Amino acid sequence: MIQFKNISKHYQLKGQTLTALKQINLDIPQGSIFGIIGYSGAGKSTLIRLINLLERPSEGQVIVNGHDLTALNAASLRQQRANIGMIFQHFNLMQTKTVAANIEMPMQLLGWSKAKRQQRLDELLAFIGLEHKRNAYPDELSGGQKQRVGIARALANHPKILLCDEATSALDPQTTQSVLQLLKKINQEQGITIVMVTHEMDVIESVCDHVAVMEQGQVIEMGSTLSIFSQPQHPTTQTFIQTVLQQHLPVKILNNLENQNHHSIYSLQFLGTSAQETVVQAVIKQFDLSLNILFANMTEIDGTVIGQMFVQLLGNEQIIQEAIAFLQARGVKVQQAGVQA
Amino acid sequence: MRDLIVAWLTDITAPFWKSSLSIDQFVTALQETMHMVFFALLFGCMWGLIQAIIVWTTRPQGILPNKVIYHGLNPIINALRSLPFIILLIAVIPLTKFLVGSSIGTWAAIVPLTIYIGPYIGRLIEISLLEVNEGIVESAQAMGATPTQIIFKFVLPEARSSVILNLTTATISLIGATAMAGAVGAGGIGDLAISYGYQRFDTSVVILTVIVLLILVQIVQMLGEWLAKIR
Repeated sequence: MIQFKNISKHYQLKGQTLTALKQINLDIPQGSIFGIIGYSGAGKSTLIRLINLLERPSEGQVIVNGHDLTALNAASLRQQRANIGMIFQHFNLMQTKTVAANIEMPMQLLGWSKAKRQQRLDELLAFIGLEHKRNAYPDELSGGQKQRVGIARALANHPKILLCDEATSALDPQTTQSVLQLLKKINQEQGITIVMVTHEMDVIESVCDHVAVMEQGQVIEMGSTLSIFSQPQHPTTQTFIQTVLQQHLPVKILNNLENQNHHSIYSLQFLGTSAQETVVQAVIKQFDLSLNILFANMTEIDGTVIGQMFVQLLGNEQIIQEAIAFLQARGVKVQQAGVQA
Repeated sequence: MRDLIVAWLTDITAPFWKSSLSIDQFVTALQETMHMVFFALLFGCMWGLIQAIIVWTTRPQGILPNKVIYHGLNPIINALRSLPFIILLIAVIPLTKFLVGSSIGTWAAIVPLTIYIGPYIGRLIEISLLEVNEGIVESAQAMGATPTQIIFKFVLPEARSSVILNLTTATISLIGATAMAGAVGAGGIGDLAISYGYQRFDTSVVILTVIVLLILVQIVQMLGEWLAKIR
């Protein structure tokens, strides 16, 4: 659907060359909700702007719907852009036009008849649930409503791809969730491929099925959201995961432990099953050791549950090792977790 | 209509109007001023709009960057802007003769007035365009808008309020400039204030001119603010 081939982007600034993107190869499958996460300046906003060529790559090719965008002339590029909707962090609605006029804008550019525009406008207003705001101006709307109007405008002429550039970063957590659920609905009902750039891991966690992690202009890790969450490799990825899924035992809990033997603390990660309690139960029954649950949390990603549990295992070293092997045999990821640098 | 108004004004001002200048002459001068302001503003707006669009579009971060046009146009605009109006009035006489056929009269003053106010309006509109949120241009581009559509369907409508307020400022400057147009025999109330008030020590003409100009400027300002508010 969307393919980046050996993409690099350099800027010239005061005679110095700055590299925004380095040798990026990326494949975004059709129908997915693809998240791109990274800190500010990682190059993620530049990357998403390559998909409709708002930014031109210095090297490499961007292939969208089978067209190499970098090779198109201005008119064909505009035609392709009309098939790619985009929403923005600050909504970018026209302040001087009503909600209805804003949403009609892309249809007007394509020269649709008034009747056809009206019909599509009604559909879209119903879809975003803002029929009553038809004649309101953007400055009379809340942030979440503005973004909904932005979404309606982006979907107006039935695009196949929707680009979201930090679309929820200016919204409060509750509004963020409602906008994200709307995006998910768009993806599921209309099969539109969604690419979203964010610096918030919980956005990825809520809706994305694939994720690419960016740092210093490079994609450092990429895969299904589930695999990234369950097995983050790169330290930066781990830091991001940390924001939604506790990777270390909170220091406060650690300090309050009766037994200060930190080597006896393990993290157990359960994937995909809700059987974690039975497994833990089995360990306690079968092995002569004391299992002390210190902290646990759970998250659902793309329909699969990831559970994280911190336990203190106290007893005979031999028996502890056997218990760990028992757990691992049942698909639980066991790691020593007590000592935090 | 005009006769009736003049008669009425003459009548009500009769008790305190002690000048050799008749109210009829004053109304004629006011008409000349309006005539100059109207046409100079009309041509100046056309000039300004075109200039602002070209500069905004071709600037380095513009939608169609063009170094030759941008860097070629800028010094010309600055040069025109740096000339005091009274100098410009005389300097463009050959051009005025060519365009109007005469270097004297109201129409002859409209040529230098346009050259004076056009580049100024251009700069003001340019500022209004630059105030428009960059994101609007980006969203327009993402929709597949052509450069023409970006300018006329997105940026200009968004800049409308600011453009109108800036035009109000320009109109008031223009009213001030018309006072000097008397130097080429264009008439106008500014000319009356100089020839009667200053040169013949006729204070009542100066006072009347000041009052009328004050009202004129006030009306323009209020009109501008009202137009800027409606959407």
